[in-house]
Amino acid sequence: MPLESNVSGSLRNRLVLTLIGGAALLAFLLFVAVRNYAAQVAQQGQDNILGASVTSILDTAALREGELEVDIPYGAFAMLSTPADDRVFYAIFQDGEFLSGYEDLSPLTGQRESRWQFQSSTIRGETIRQVSASRTLVGLENQTVIEIVLGQTQDALAETLDQISRNAAVLGIGFFALAAALSFWATSSTIGQLNRLTTSVTRRGPQDLSPFRKPVPREMAPLVASLNSLMGRLDQSLSQSEDFIAEAAHRVRTPLATVRSYADATLQRVEKEENREALRSMVRAIDESSRAAGQLLDHAMITFRADHLEREEIDLVALINDLVQRLTPIAEMKDLTLSLDGDPQVLYSGDPILIQNAARNMIDNALKYAPPDSAVRIEVSSVPHIQICVKDRGPGFPPNEIDTLTRRFERGKNASGTIGSGLGLTIVQDVATAHGGTLELANRQGGGACVTLSL
Amino acid sequence: MKFLLVEDNPDLANAICSRMRLDGHVVDHAANLDDATGFVETQDYDLILLDIMLPDGDGRDFLKRHRAGNRDTPVIVLTARSQVSDRIGSLDLGADDYVTKPFDHAELEARCRAVLRRKSGNARTRIEVGGIVFDPLAGHLTVGDQTVSLRNRELRLLELFINAPGQVFSKQKLTDRLFSYDDMVSDNAIEVYVARLRKHLEPSELKITTLRGLGYRLDHAT
Repeated sequence: MPLESNVSGSLRNRLVLTLIGGAALLAFLLFVAVRNYAAQVAQQGQDNILGASVTSILDTAALREGELEVDIPYGAFAMLSTPADDRVFYAIFQDGEFLSGYEDLSPLTGQRESRWQFQSSTIRGETIRQVSASRTLVGLENQTVIEIVLGQTQDALAETLDQISRNAAVLGIGFFALAAALSFWATSSTIGQLNRLTTSVTRRGPQDLSPFRKPVPREMAPLVASLNSLMGRLDQSLSQSEDFIAEAAHRVRTPLATVRSYADATLQRVEKEENREALRSMVRAIDESSRAAGQLLDHAMITFRADHLEREEIDLVALINDLVQRLTPIAEMKDLTLSLDGDPQVLYSGDPILIQNAARNMIDNALKYAPPDSAVRIEVSSVPHIQICVKDRGPGFPPNEIDTLTRRFERGKNASGTIGSGLGLTIVQDVATAHGGTLELANRQGGGACVTLSL
Repeated sequence: MKFLLVEDNPDLANAICSRMRLDGHVVDHAANLDDATGFVETQDYDLILLDIMLPDGDGRDFLKRHRAGNRDTPVIVLTARSQVSDRIGSLDLGADDYVTKPFDHAELEARCRAVLRRKSGNARTRIEVGGIVFDPLAGHLTVGDQTVSLRNRELRLLELFINAPGQVFSKQKLTDRLFSYDDMVSDNAIEVYVARLRKHLEPSELKITTLRGLGYRLDHAT
C-alpha cells in the first residue's frame, strides 16, 4: 500500500538557502566596512601630511616692514611626494585677496584662526583633497590675515584604496566560501539525523511494531515519541483482533468438540438403527458448522494477513512436504496415497502461513472427493512459472460451474453429500491474489480435478 | 497404549477418555497443568494429548518445560485455534502434531498412530496370536514366513477383532469405526475389507466368521 506524501518544499533547500544568503550578506557587509575604514584611515594620513605641510608654509609667513613675506620651504612639498607622483596645488590669499599660486583654488571663506579645514574638490578635472589654514599676522601698524590653501591629487590614495578593496574582496569571498561550506555541512548533519531515523523506520519489516529506541536529538524526540505511541496502538489493535479471532475460535470449537465426542461415543453403544442415523446426522451437522466457523475465521485471518503481506524467502517444496506429512494420516484413513513430485527445491518469497493454508485447502478438497484406493498427486514446480498443482481422481468440477466455484459460499452441485463450507477455494484464490498469482481449476483427462495455484 | 489427556473441559475429556478406552487404550486425565506435571513425573506414557488453553496456564509452556526436561514422550496438541490464527506455532515448540477441535476420533487415532510409528523406532508392540505376528504400529502382519503391509482400514479392522476376541461386531458398528462421517460409504464397503483381511489371514489359525444378520467375529480355529 504505497501512500503518496504531500510534499511542500525542502528542509534541506530552505536551510541551505537561508544560511548561504546570510553568509553572502555578511560577506558583503564585511567588505564594505573594511573598505570604508581603510579609506578613512588613508584619508586621515593624507590629511595629516597636508596639514603639516600647510603649517610649515604658514610658519614662514611674516610681516616685514608691513609687507607680507612667504618663503615656501622645500620640505613643505617634499613631504607631499608620493610614489604615484601626485600633483600639488597651492594658493596664498591675503585678507581674502589672491596673492600667489593657482587661482583655481578657492579659500574657505568664513574661516578664522582655526586649525586645518579639509575638503574634497575638483580642479582642472582632477579630484583633489585640499586643506586651508589661516593665520593673523600682526605688524607694527597693521595686521593682516594670510590664508594658505594646499591641494593634492589622490592618485596614490586611489591606488592604495584599490589594493585594500581587492584584499577586502578576497577576504569577503573567502569568508563567504567558508560560511557556505559550513552551511552545507551543518545542513547535511542536521538532515542526516532525520534521514537516519527515516532509514531505520523504513528498514523495519511491516510486522515490526516495536518502539524506536535509538537515541535521537532532542528536537526529534516528540516525533519519535508520537511514532512510538502510534506503533504501540497499532500493535495493540492488531494483537487484539488476532486474539479475538483465536478466542472466538476457542469459544465456538470447544463446545462443538464436546458435543461431537459425545455423539461419537454414544454411537458406539446405540444399537437401534434410527437412533444411529440421528446421531450420524448430528455428527455431520457439527462437522459442517465447525468447519464453516473455522473457515470463516481462517478467511478473516487470511484477508487480514494478505493486507499486510509479509514476504520471506521459503522453499516451497519443504513447506508443502511438511503439509503432506501432516495430512498423510488422514489420507491413510481413507486408504488414499499422497505423493509429492516436481522440483527438489523451489525458492519463493511469500507468506509461508498463507501459502501452506492455501495448499492445505487444495489437498483437503482432493482428499474429500477422491475415491478410496486412489492417488492424490501434488506437484511443486518452477517451470514455466512457480506453481503448486494438486490432482485427484474424484468427480472433477461440473464444467458449467467451474468459473463460479471460487466465489464465497459457492459449492459445486455434485458436492452436496460432502461436508464443506464453500470457502476453501475462496481462501486459495485470496492467497493467490495477495501474492500476485492465479488459481486455475480444470478437469483431468480420464476423470478427476486439477487445481493449480500459480505464484 | 497408555495415554495422558490434559484437557480442562470435563465433558470433552470424558468423551475422549471413553472413546479411547473403547479402543482398548489406558487413559489418565489431568484437568490442569499442575496435575499433568504430577502424572508425567510419576508415570510413563506412550503419548500425551495436550490442550492449549488451561485454567492454570498455557499448554505450550508445559510443552516447553516437557521438552526442556529432555522427555521425549510424543505430544499431540489439541487446539481450538487454526494454524493461521496461532501466532506461536505448537510444532515450533516441540509438539509432534496437532489436531484442531472439534476432531474426528478416527482422525485423532490415525494421528496418534502416525506419531507413535515415527517415534517408536525399534521398540515395537507386537501381538502374537494364533500363528500370526501383528505389529499395529508398523502395520505389518506376518503369517507363517510371509509378511504383508496392511492398508489402514484392514489394520484397524484387525485391531478391533484382536482387541475383542469372540465379540460380534455388526456391519454398522464396523462402518462407524472405520469410516469418518463425511465419507460416502456404501453398504458393502465393510464386506470388501473383511474379504481382504480374510485372505491375509488364510494360512493362519485365525478366521473371520460371518454370522448372518448379526455381523462378524474373529475365531481361533484350533
